[in-house]
Amino acid sequence: MKEKQQFSLTALFDTPDEIIRAAHETRSAGYTRYDVHTPYPVHGMDKAMGLRQSRLGIFVLIFGLFGAVSSVLFMTWVTLVDYPLVIGGKPFWSWPAFVPVAFEITVLMASVLLVVTMIVLYFKFPNISHPLHDTPYMKRISSDKFGISIQVDDPKFNEREVREFLYKIGGKEITPVYFDLEDLDHGQTMFDPKFLGVLALTAILVSGATYAVFNQLMFMEPFSWMSTQAKQKAQRPSDLFKDGIGMRPPVEGTVARGFLPYLFKGKPDEAGKNLVNPLFATKEVIERGKATYLTYCSPCHGNFARGDSRLRGQFPNPPTLHSDKVRNWPDGSIYHVITEGQNVMPAYASQISRDDRWAIIHYLRVLQRAHNAKESDLK
Amino acid sequence: MSTAATDYTREFPVVEGRPKAAELDATIAAPLDQFPSRVWWIAISITLSFLSIGAFCIGMTLYEGLGLWGVNQPVSWGFDIVNFVFWIGIGHAGTLISAILFLLRQRWRTGIARFAEAMTIFAVMCAGLFPLLHTGRQWLPMYLTPYPNQHGLWVNFTSPLVWDVFAVSTYFIVSAVFWYVGLIPDLATLRDRTTSKIKKTIYSVFSLGWRHSNRHWQHYERAYLILAGFATPLVLSVHTIVSFDFAVSVIPGWHTTVFPPYFVAGAVFSGFAMVQNVLIFVRQAFNLKHIITLDHLEKMNKVMIVTGSMVGYAYAMELFIAWYGGNQFERFVFLNRALGPYAWAYWTMVSCNVIFPQLFWFKKIRRSIPAMFAIGILVNIGMWFERFVIVVTSLSRDFLPSSWGHYTPTLYDAGILLGSFGLFFTLILIFVRVLPVVSISEVKGVIEGGQPSHR
Repeated sequence: MKEKQQFSLTALFDTPDEIIRAAHETRSAGYTRYDVHTPYPVHGMDKAMGLRQSRLGIFVLIFGLFGAVSSVLFMTWVTLVDYPLVIGGKPFWSWPAFVPVAFEITVLMASVLLVVTMIVLYFKFPNISHPLHDTPYMKRISSDKFGISIQVDDPKFNEREVREFLYKIGGKEITPVYFDLEDLDHGQTMFDPKFLGVLALTAILVSGATYAVFNQLMFMEPFSWMSTQAKQKAQRPSDLFKDGIGMRPPVEGTVARGFLPYLFKGKPDEAGKNLVNPLFATKEVIERGKATYLTYCSPCHGNFARGDSRLRGQFPNPPTLHSDKVRNWPDGSIYHVITEGQNVMPAYASQISRDDRWAIIHYLRVLQRAHNAKESDLK
Repeated sequence: MSTAATDYTREFPVVEGRPKAAELDATIAAPLDQFPSRVWWIAISITLSFLSIGAFCIGMTLYEGLGLWGVNQPVSWGFDIVNFVFWIGIGHAGTLISAILFLLRQRWRTGIARFAEAMTIFAVMCAGLFPLLHTGRQWLPMYLTPYPNQHGLWVNFTSPLVWDVFAVSTYFIVSAVFWYVGLIPDLATLRDRTTSKIKKTIYSVFSLGWRHSNRHWQHYERAYLILAGFATPLVLSVHTIVSFDFAVSVIPGWHTTVFPPYFVAGAVFSGFAMVQNVLIFVRQAFNLKHIITLDHLEKMNKVMIVTGSMVGYAYAMELFIAWYGGNQFERFVFLNRALGPYAWAYWTMVSCNVIFPQLFWFKKIRRSIPAMFAIGILVNIGMWFERFVIVVTSLSRDFLPSSWGHYTPTLYDAGILLGSFGLFFTLILIFVRVLPVVSISEVKGVIEGGQPSHR
């Protein structure tokens, strides 16, 4: 069995006056490794023990400034660099609006880090296996007594002398405090099966809960991003109507806007005779015609209507639109061909709106004119 | 000490009857060691029923959506925001007692500080519930915080609602830290006096190994002072920012510069009323009459008369500025408050907040427990209605008469309000059984003979 190892020699005192005097005496006697224990802070004890003022204030200043500066910089980066957004017509960097958040972050950083610093750096907590714990001495001083504990590692420590000294300054119940043997040889290791078990259980619980929340719960009612809604979706059946069809056909005898039936179905000559381009050849109309032409017509007829298709060789050759035939066609005939198709060319009525078709024709006329420019055009 | 209290030149003893330090341990820790009494079981069964009603209503709200509530256009802020502001206000008394009175060296605060701080934390919990429910998609609260996300978006730092998120969460964290730091020495004392092995383990873990060492007290006291120094502007900022939710908007009746001080005074007012009400029961139930004395209650009533008068002044000033400012919408809103469809709420507010607390000018009433209890309850009713009046009247009738509307809360609104009271009092009832309601180490320091005589 190992020998008991002493930590300190302790003495109890009854009143605050006594403990103040005792602390002063201890300090005057030249002891340095000692501590005074009181159930509540006793005024004047810091002076009696000769303690320097706590330096926590410096830490707080640093933490607070860190919070203030980092929050302002962060908000500046967000509003000026990462995602500038005009809000209420104010400047991007409207600093008065940053004051509340900067203040809160300052307070938060300073107070939380202050407490963490104090507990971890100054107190070296959590530590629940200090030799003084669970001693009769500790039980008294945490209730109503005041105590002094002079540690063995004090350079001036001498069991007999210290005992006499404590007696002289009025200490009662002078008792030695020993290290807890069990705590000294730490039985626990990192590979303790109990510890590993807890670790594994925590890992399973955390990953399981994460999986359940993000992959299951988030797709359950009512957290399912409103994916189930009581509305009618296109092409789905519906109980609302007798025929059980959700989509409704137009009311008989009516025509939807922009869906006027084509009057000259299968009659290209009549179309050429009767249809007139309803649009004026303004710059906007021609631009619009160009865009539509390049989208729908150019793959076969070529970008300049020369019949030089990008698909040449894969398809029967499309004709050039600069032939005399097409040039002399009235607008109505071209409109008819686009609407109904011709030979291999399919009908474009369902893809190109009526006005776009007329706009294409204006653009086509521009191409034709450009291709067959007259002498007078150059003047 | 009620007989000697006429001599105001002398400080009255904070703790009556010269108890010994060891007796204090026993008195304060007694509720923690005994099996709860029958009264406690009855009380907690009532509060738990309230809580379950609230939980049911919240569950229905989660499942069905906000359509269950009375909110709609134009009154899109209803009970949820009223309750939020109300509960945040309740919390403010705790920080005032624990931080501001600490800085002002008001030693009488020691007896009630711990309890008031606990109330702060519970009240902020209740308050936090409401904005989260109010968002509508309560499972996406992380959108309230600026975190790097796949949308590449950040929160709008110029919005008072975002300031609120920062203010309330900071307030909660700092209050909890402050409270916990205060608890550490007491937990150590409890650890050393308990005989139960389980309790000892729990207290040991949470007291972190506190040894009552003066080398620790030295830093501890400094940290406590700094925390109090931070909590003081913090508590003022929180209700200021809550008032910004209203004042920064352009709705008539909200767009006023008097809101920050007016809200802070109102918060302290209602908070003190709540602390006073609950403490009356606590000191009775746990034999703490010599620690939480009648003098304490009287001082709290005095704070209520001050803050109540400040609130009354703010009401008068609002009316005056509405007339003096010459803005016809502003003028209409205040006439509408006093004479419109919500006039009953307005006059409830004025009578409960301005008229009844004036009775505290009489010393007899200030020191009579039934009277102060009744006035405390009235103050809290009045303060709840104050928020109701501010939120609802301004929204229901703003600029365009064609878009006016009337707000009628539903049973779900009432159920959630009831549930928040259930949560608050359940937490308090649990708190008084598991933690010391009075700070043991602080009270020991202020009993007679507790400090050296400095000869």
